[in-house]
Amino acid sequence: MTLSSVSEPDVSTEKFLRGKYAICGVGETTYRRGSNETTRSLATWAIKNAMDDAGMTADDVDGMLSYSGNDSTFSTFVAGDLGIRLNFYMDVHGGGSSTEALIGIAIGVIEAGMCKTVAIFRAMNGYSSVRIGGTGARSAVPINGDQIHHRAYGWQSAGQMFAPTFLRHMYDYGTTPEQVAAVKVAHSKHASNNPKAYYKTRYTVEDVVNSRIICKPLHLLDCCVETDNATCILVTRLDRARDCKNPPAVIQSVVGRCCKPRIDMHYQHGPISTVAGHYAKDLLWPNAGVGPEDIDVTGSYDAFTFTTMLQLEDYGFCKKGEGGDYVSSGIIELGGARPNNTSGGHLCEGYTHGMNMVIENTRQLRGQVDDSCPVGPDGKKQHTHEYSEGGCRQVKDVELTANLGWAMPGTGSAMVMAKDAR
Amino acid sequence: MPISGEYMGMTLTIDDLDGENLDFFRYCSERDFRLQRGKQSGLLRYPPTTACPWTSDRESEWVSVEAKGTVHSYVEVHHPIQPAFKEKVPYMILLVDLDTQKGEPTADEALRVAGNLVTADGEFASPEMIKSVGIGTRVKMVFVDVTDEFALPQWTIDEDADQPDEPWRYPQE
Repeated sequence: MTLSSVSEPDVSTEKFLRGKYAICGVGETTYRRGSNETTRSLATWAIKNAMDDAGMTADDVDGMLSYSGNDSTFSTFVAGDLGIRLNFYMDVHGGGSSTEALIGIAIGVIEAGMCKTVAIFRAMNGYSSVRIGGTGARSAVPINGDQIHHRAYGWQSAGQMFAPTFLRHMYDYGTTPEQVAAVKVAHSKHASNNPKAYYKTRYTVEDVVNSRIICKPLHLLDCCVETDNATCILVTRLDRARDCKNPPAVIQSVVGRCCKPRIDMHYQHGPISTVAGHYAKDLLWPNAGVGPEDIDVTGSYDAFTFTTMLQLEDYGFCKKGEGGDYVSSGIIELGGARPNNTSGGHLCEGYTHGMNMVIENTRQLRGQVDDSCPVGPDGKKQHTHEYSEGGCRQVKDVELTANLGWAMPGTGSAMVMAKDAR
Repeated sequence: MPISGEYMGMTLTIDDLDGENLDFFRYCSERDFRLQRGKQSGLLRYPPTTACPWTSDRESEWVSVEAKGTVHSYVEVHHPIQPAFKEKVPYMILLVDLDTQKGEPTADEALRVAGNLVTADGEFASPEMIKSVGIGTRVKMVFVDVTDEFALPQWTIDEDADQPDEPWRYPQE
């Protein structure tokens, strides 16, 4: 399979803030259904874990960013609980595609001298409170003005809203349900080696295409899981990150909420089987100074199996239209050339609106993925690189990762991270 | 005055400041499908917006448009989200390329208008009718009243049009 052509990367000069900022700490709660606690409590749990991971205390964190959709707590409560005095905070509206976008904002505000270290969190009871699938509270809200053009037609949940893109890709390129089901097969394989994953069962292509239809072309097993959890990442300048407890994941390039034209209703501007990655790739790769062929591990958002495929295709990991071949070729599985979502992602590990995929790639770059491998005398995992069920999920010699975040077909975010060269 | 009505168990409201949507849905209740046409560009747009997507021009006029077209893509819902749709499954949401302005101003652009597949009388389509519709099916607009001054545009099979031998449908029925 050949890679599609992307803009010629300029590797002769430092672009923008390439290699100057890093993720220095990551943390999460458990992934559950029925957390029995508030999003405020979940958020403090995840942030404390990230601070411990970085070896930081409340005095070391002075910035906070969060994202939510009328379903979460705010920075002010959480910072107060943890004894963090803020020099900067902002709580942003949004879901998927926010993680990378907020990392970009964090870099900007630190660069502006507004603060030194930013904790970015997403806390949600996505199963037991405001359900991510759109049933319950989300389906009961009054429908006003602009929303009438879709919600009045029973066109509301994420799956329903994205389906015309997914279906049209099948029509335009001959993509089959079996090819796309391979994404679930791969991610479930990865999750079976992830003690934290909500779903650890391995699935076959037949399991996926024989599961019940939610809305065509999506079967139940093409859709992500709904869970209760919080996640956090800490962003700081690279020199500061090097003083932290764990190796930094160095940020090479970031793209935030890059959009297709006519984002008020993106289906007006085709091809509708092309997603925002088509535009985002022209920022991501030149700014990173690398191309898709250089990437060792991908984190292509998996709200649905199709989402992963469409993004890998439009960011240039394969030619346009060959996404079905790419995801069903074994490349995206552990043991393949470029595994995707090695934690199991949203399809299996838990739903976090993108942040668990950045956490996973941070750990992949550290060589410290938390699988079931034994812990050595140095306190670190002794990875076997044996990917059978219940085994390892650390990829060998990870130098570069790419996260491809997704809000919807018309909006995406992305980030390239590197292992610290020092 | 705002317009508000109950439809499929949902309260649909158009705020009194929302002139664009008030105009659009009022014309629909008069069985007149109108879209805004930008003064400078001369281009139609959907859904209603407050400026022209091609010129940023804020001046526009409402123009009657022939509401016929071809199914560009669709959703076939088997697991509903909104409670009242439970009785209607499976139901179909069509994304229809209007004949008017198709491929303008660039080849990949079209006025892609959403709506459910309904009968000529505006009732939700039967499972049998759904199975006859896919990408390529020719459809025409019908209107379903929400209140006296507010109707929703919907789509039905255009019986007078030349239909494809076999419209493209998702392979699993």
